[in-house]
Amino acid sequence: MKLTFLWTDIMVWLLVFSLIAWGWVVLRSPQVRKQWQLIFQSAIAISCAIVLLTYLFFALLDSVHMRFAVEPDKTAQASTQTPPNETQYQGEMVSLLDLLFSHRIKQTERTYSAPFATHEHGKSIVVDDQSGLSKQEYLPLKYATTDLKNGKSHSFDIFQKSFAALLIGLMISILIIASHIKWRSHLQHRCFNTQLQHIWQGKTLLPWRTAYSTLLVIIVIFTWLYYLSYSYHVLGTDKVGGDVLYHSLKSIRTGVLIGILTTLVMLPVAIMLGISAGLFGGWIDDIIQYLYTTLNSIPGVLLIAAAVLVMQVTMDNNPQWFETTQERSDLRLVFLIMILGITSWTGLCRLLRAETLKISQVEFVTAAKAFGVSKFAIIRRHIMPNLMHIILISVVLDFSGLVLAEAVLSYVGVGVDPTTHSWGNMINQARLEMAREPMVWWSLFSAFIFMFVLVLAANLFSDRIQTVLDPRNNT
Amino acid sequence: MFAYIIRRLLYAIPILIGVNLITFLLFFMVNTPDDMARAQLGAKQVTPELIQSWKVKRGYDKPLFINIQADGTLATLTQTLFVQESLKLFAFEFGASDAGRDIGSDIKQRMWPSLELALPTFIIALITNISLALLLVLFRGSALDTSMMVIAVMIMSISGLFYIIAGQVVFSKLWHWVPISGFETGWGGIKFIILPVLLGVFAGLGAGVRWYRSIFLEQINQDYVRTARAKGLSELKVLFGHVLRNGMLPILTGVVVVIPTLFMGSLIMESFFGIPGLGSYTIDAINSQDFAIVKAMVFLGAVLYIIGLILTDISYTLFDPRVKLS
Repeated sequence: MKLTFLWTDIMVWLLVFSLIAWGWVVLRSPQVRKQWQLIFQSAIAISCAIVLLTYLFFALLDSVHMRFAVEPDKTAQASTQTPPNETQYQGEMVSLLDLLFSHRIKQTERTYSAPFATHEHGKSIVVDDQSGLSKQEYLPLKYATTDLKNGKSHSFDIFQKSFAALLIGLMISILIIASHIKWRSHLQHRCFNTQLQHIWQGKTLLPWRTAYSTLLVIIVIFTWLYYLSYSYHVLGTDKVGGDVLYHSLKSIRTGVLIGILTTLVMLPVAIMLGISAGLFGGWIDDIIQYLYTTLNSIPGVLLIAAAVLVMQVTMDNNPQWFETTQERSDLRLVFLIMILGITSWTGLCRLLRAETLKISQVEFVTAAKAFGVSKFAIIRRHIMPNLMHIILISVVLDFSGLVLAEAVLSYVGVGVDPTTHSWGNMINQARLEMAREPMVWWSLFSAFIFMFVLVLAANLFSDRIQTVLDPRNNT
Repeated sequence: MFAYIIRRLLYAIPILIGVNLITFLLFFMVNTPDDMARAQLGAKQVTPELIQSWKVKRGYDKPLFINIQADGTLATLTQTLFVQESLKLFAFEFGASDAGRDIGSDIKQRMWPSLELALPTFIIALITNISLALLLVLFRGSALDTSMMVIAVMIMSISGLFYIIAGQVVFSKLWHWVPISGFETGWGGIKFIILPVLLGVFAGLGAGVRWYRSIFLEQINQDYVRTARAKGLSELKVLFGHVLRNGMLPILTGVVVVIPTLFMGSLIMESFFGIPGLGSYTIDAINSQDFAIVKAMVFLGAVLYIIGLILTDISYTLFDPRVKLS
């Protein structure tokens, strides 16, 4: 086994580490610390943050890829004398999430089946061997529930397994929560019981009670889904018999990555150009303004569509850039992120330019200039800290917009590669499934739920950040 | 006023040149005509002769900027891709699509169905959003306000695709109220338009109401509103006479700019409901990789947006007495 890194893997881990580093640096300032405390004092904000972290967790789990060694074929090895120290690796990359769901990747059904079904969704023609007559019937699924034979009913089996999953989920979450309370009580030099009491009565500064209940619900739901996925297709199967739950979980990575990596691409450009336009003025300002007005005047979807079309052709003509289909779709994701980044920096740049212009007129900046402080020092010490709230608000606001945009772009045909798991692709397929008789609703439903929760959490969280950080609200 | 408009129009020219350069860069330099030909003809049985004939047929066989082979001084500069394919856009000569149809007449024909869908959506959405926002501002801080804001965030958090799919399934497939898709001119076509219009209004409701509400709330804390209340005006009069009127300015900035782009139509609405407008035209072009059409639409979109910007500025001078034309 060896670890392999796709481009997006490298980008996302880089982002996570730089975020942690940035947080560590920034949180040393007591002012910033207080602001973040204020943000998390809202019960909604803290539970949204936990939901968002859960999504990030799945995205990161899906961003550790590895290749397994090809099992040495004994007969082949005897004949072909390959050097024994050279291991061959499989062409296919597997992520940690794939490992967790390996039982559901291998066990694909023939076609559609409803959630928790034991039989296929549509009838198929079966020819009876003895009489030679053909008849239509629902075929049983190959990999759903194995132990129904000894007289248990279907719903009882589901109930029993759900109960077991509930117990396991509760146990895991209580373990995690208890260790966290223990750690907190140790930090605050309280004994465990008083800490527990404080939390239970909601006396803590941050609403830990809500946080813990959110965590509990999330863990219980996912244990339930995971536990039952061993005996059922919890969210049904799609056209070629793939597990919908697995597809939805894989799509998390695409959605989250597009949401956060686009910002990574966009931020340096927007910050650099915005600040220099505001601070230096003159012809630099003119050029930058011209640049973003021009880019901005092309309707976003059309510009993205045009760029993606061009990118498609370029990739088709350069097949040497990638070896496997996975690398191909990953490269396409990278390009899509870059294109989204290039088209979306204009709004933030305009805001930053205006704000920099405002700040550079303020007395303390004029004083700094008069003292001969270098431009770079002024930017670092005076301008950047005062721009932080704008950057943060727009990053969080953009996130939900980008997740939604992915779906639309994939529908239009300029989104991620058709082989990439994404909610957009799921919806795209679901469109045809809804026209079937009887309706196949579960793919659409799963994509809907997974997307809705993510975007809702992001929207609510950005609302909270906006109310706390926006200086206009503090008057 | 006239001089002002002229100046604004002149200011638009460098931006349009920029847009033109961007499209040229994308479609002819990042992607050479050879690449396009290869993509269009299919990668397998491509021969240099086939590519050449594909390019000649569409006039893509010229050099980028300077044609040395052409005789005469002027032809050296005009018989190039840049002049023939890119600068002609300024005269709204869109040329022929890669499939051989005339883009200009296609656009003229398809613009009206787009408008037929986009204009009612725009007007109804504007009225609903503003009235709902005013209602919420009137009852600000109440349970109605809080619950409506929660609902607004939820509406915002759902992808437009879900509204369309769910709407088609519920209203067309299950209840048979309206046909699933199609288009017809005249009053008979209203049954095709009504569902996409309502879905469009609903999908934009969350974000719209929140935006207008924040605009009105910003006004309501101003001094002049307090004075108006102190004069003894009723809350309704304050709301309509003062808050709405002063809120009109920020609303104008956001709204007027959109009006010209209504011609472009909505990409997903039109393709879901089978409306032969410019949105579905663009989608079809994207799916068949027709670069000429996409290029034309990018340029057209930018032109319409810039017209919107100019209209915004003009409307400002009309509605805000503080802005003087100078």
